[in-house]
Amino acid sequence: MSFEPKILGILCNWCSYSGADLAGTSRKKYPANIRIVRVMCSGRVDPVFILKALQSGADGVLILGCHPGDCHYTSGNYKALRRMEMLKKLAEQMGIEDDRIRLDWVAASEGDRFAEIIKDMTEKIKQLGPFPRDGGDNG
Amino acid sequence: MAKPKVALYWAASCGGCDIGLLEIGENLLKLIEAVDIVFWPVAIDVKYKDVEAMEDGSIDVCLFNGAIRSSEQEHIAKLLRAKSKVMIAYGACAYQGGIPGLANMYNREMIMERAYLETPSTENPDKVLPQTSYQAPEGELTLPLLFDTVKTLAQTVKVEYIIPGCPPEAQTTWMALEALITGQMPPVGTVITGNAKAVCNECPRKRDVKKVKKFYRTYEIDPDPEICLLEQGLPCAGIATKGGCDARCPKAGMPCTGCYGPVDGVIDQGAHFMNAIASVIDSNDPNEIGKIIADIRDPAGTFYRYSLPDSILRRARV
Ligand code: FES
Repeated sequence: MSFEPKILGILCNWCSYSGADLAGTSRKKYPANIRIVRVMCSGRVDPVFILKALQSGADGVLILGCHPGDCHYTSGNYKALRRMEMLKKLAEQMGIEDDRIRLDWVAASEGDRFAEIIKDMTEKIKQLGPFPRDGGDNG
Repeated sequence: MAKPKVALYWAASCGGCDIGLLEIGENLLKLIEAVDIVFWPVAIDVKYKDVEAMEDGSIDVCLFNGAIRSSEQEHIAKLLRAKSKVMIAYGACAYQGGIPGLANMYNREMIMERAYLETPSTENPDKVLPQTSYQAPEGELTLPLLFDTVKTLAQTVKVEYIIPGCPPEAQTTWMALEALITGQMPPVGTVITGNAKAVCNECPRKRDVKKVKKFYRTYEIDPDPEICLLEQGLPCAGIATKGGCDARCPKAGMPCTGCYGPVDGVIDQGAHFMNAIASVIDSNDPNEIGKIIADIRDPAGTFYRYSLPDSILRRARV
């Protein structure tokens, strides 16, 4: 059986979630590997959410927010950007592949772009295989 | 009434916790007057077999320092758990893995190779590595097994209380011991520090706006003695660390490294600290953010200095 990754998507309410909605209403095809959680703004996303998701079953985590300059709360997505840059540097050290954690921007009008991102991320994580959850063997 | 029986033990630790205990000074006399110390490898000659011979639950309190990273340490932790009514994780290593917990950035094989083959001062042409069992002419010799992954005490046995610190400050240790002697222990599960808030709360430095364009390592700058260290670009963990130490490090011009563990309600101290650091970066430009972050050379060692085994990820994937 081929590996079907589980990807957690955390999408901001104003742009990205509407973008995902548009992808749905315009019947764009994209892999069913994504599970979406809506938050008010990408600035709400704590790195703990991402680490916890990986540790509890996700093989990848995707954060989507409004394009830079477009955040409904002016600067939440910049905050997300700073946190994600930091987290990615830590993740590299911890042996978590770069493609498992992704921050990107999707506007309300970008249903196509949303579908593309999901396709791309699913493909990449399929290559990587499941996220190794065990804390190492002690035997 | 018989005096309460107390046991003390060290597992994967540096010995600093035992010295930390001596830091209580003349209160040590009060302690010895009030309790019977039945086991303390660093100070009194009681063997493992003597502990094995004790009845289950016959020790009132065990103060256990050090992380668990070998079969011997795991065995003694379980043994002392069975013999003790109350188990206290004493110090950062027992609590969150501590400095030895950073071994979780590697695995057993890598550690063995580094220690016995690669280090510049090692000469080992036959590539001899420690074995858990060796058949000598006189009989079998054994050594404990080194674990792949360092564990905290609470990941090994049930723990009732925590006294944090690297090592615990004298006032913290004494606060706990006094409660113990007078029979006024707090609710089970308490991290005993006397302060539920962050180190910042005890720090006298002036705080203003936290906007940082560059992070420094401690040797790179001579920080202003009055102003918040984080505002000066030193990654200070005070914001993500439970108080009770009286902010000794920031008061002396050194950023907090987080040895008292997370503030109440936080599940991952390192991620909390990382979040705080990311939030003070004064830039919206991806390239510039990348540059500023590059100044933090060792994020895992900075954010998880004492807490890697207790973190969500527990270890690096190697
Ligand atoms: S509201 Fe969309 S990123 Fe802030």
